[in-house]
Amino acid sequence: MTSIILTVEAYLLVVHRVLQGKSLVAAIIGLALTQFLVQLFFFLHLGRETKPRWKLMVFGLMVMIVVIFVGGSLWIMYNLNYNMSPSQINNYLNSQDGL
Amino acid sequence: MNTQSHDAVEAKESKTIFGFWLYVMTDCVLFASLFATYAVLHNNTYGGPSGVSLFSLHYVLIETLILLTSSFTCGLAILAAQRGSKNQVVAWFSATFILGTSFLAMELTEFHHLVTDGNSWRRSGFLSAYFTLVGTHGLHITIGLLWMAILLFQVMRKGLKPTTLRRLTMLSIFWHFLDLIWIFIFTIVYLMGVIRILVATKLIPAKPL
Repeated sequence: MTSIILTVEAYLLVVHRVLQGKSLVAAIIGLALTQFLVQLFFFLHLGRETKPRWKLMVFGLMVMIVVIFVGGSLWIMYNLNYNMSPSQINNYLNSQDGL
Repeated sequence: MNTQSHDAVEAKESKTIFGFWLYVMTDCVLFASLFATYAVLHNNTYGGPSGVSLFSLHYVLIETLILLTSSFTCGLAILAAQRGSKNQVVAWFSATFILGTSFLAMELTEFHHLVTDGNSWRRSGFLSAYFTLVGTHGLHITIGLLWMAILLFQVMRKGLKPTTLRRLTMLSIFWHFLDLIWIFIFTIVYLMGVIRILVATKLIPAKPL
């Protein structure tokens, strides 16, 4: 149960650290996934049921749907951006630079 | 010791809890769709402000810590419920309730600031997606708090019966689930919202948050 405190500390580290670009993004996502797994095991007790592991199966299905859903949306929308007409791309780039 | 009927009760309860688990998993899919929407729209600020100028990371960090702590006290409450000590259950769930309420209050304050500064959901696609995602989470928290208040009342009035224990278990699953969703909101919306822009504008080096 106290493992949650560990992950909170990890979060604090990330927030107060000097940024390092893309590696930081990767580190943050890694930390979020670690915390996700820790909480699944310690709070929701996933993987501790007896033989017909229905909970785990439904969870697996959920993860699959989520991956297809989010990954698919991003993939399609990225390509859509890429294939847009030049003026729209310019607008898009301007909006990026203006930030 | 009537073990057979005890087994029957156990089987029925695990079925109920499995049903609730199914609901939670479908709720995950709902949040996945909102996350996908946000991920697609997060650059579409329509000339308006983006995450880096809107979010205060310290504020959100405190929110996150409060919610994580409430999840922890919720776990302690369930352990106390399994030991059968009613007073501890009431104490830990009250702590969870207070923490949850303060989380909700902080989130509403944040929304209020955004809206009064003219950055409501009508400002841009980014803000629409943001308010939908975070607002849906907040709505879930509100429902969880109502549920928790009712269950607290039940435990205080009737004590720890198998039915109340089952309800408490389902509530704790719900609460931990909301906590998990928030971890992803914190990472994807707040942390990455701030980092991504800094990377894009090459403001990365030597700028602690």
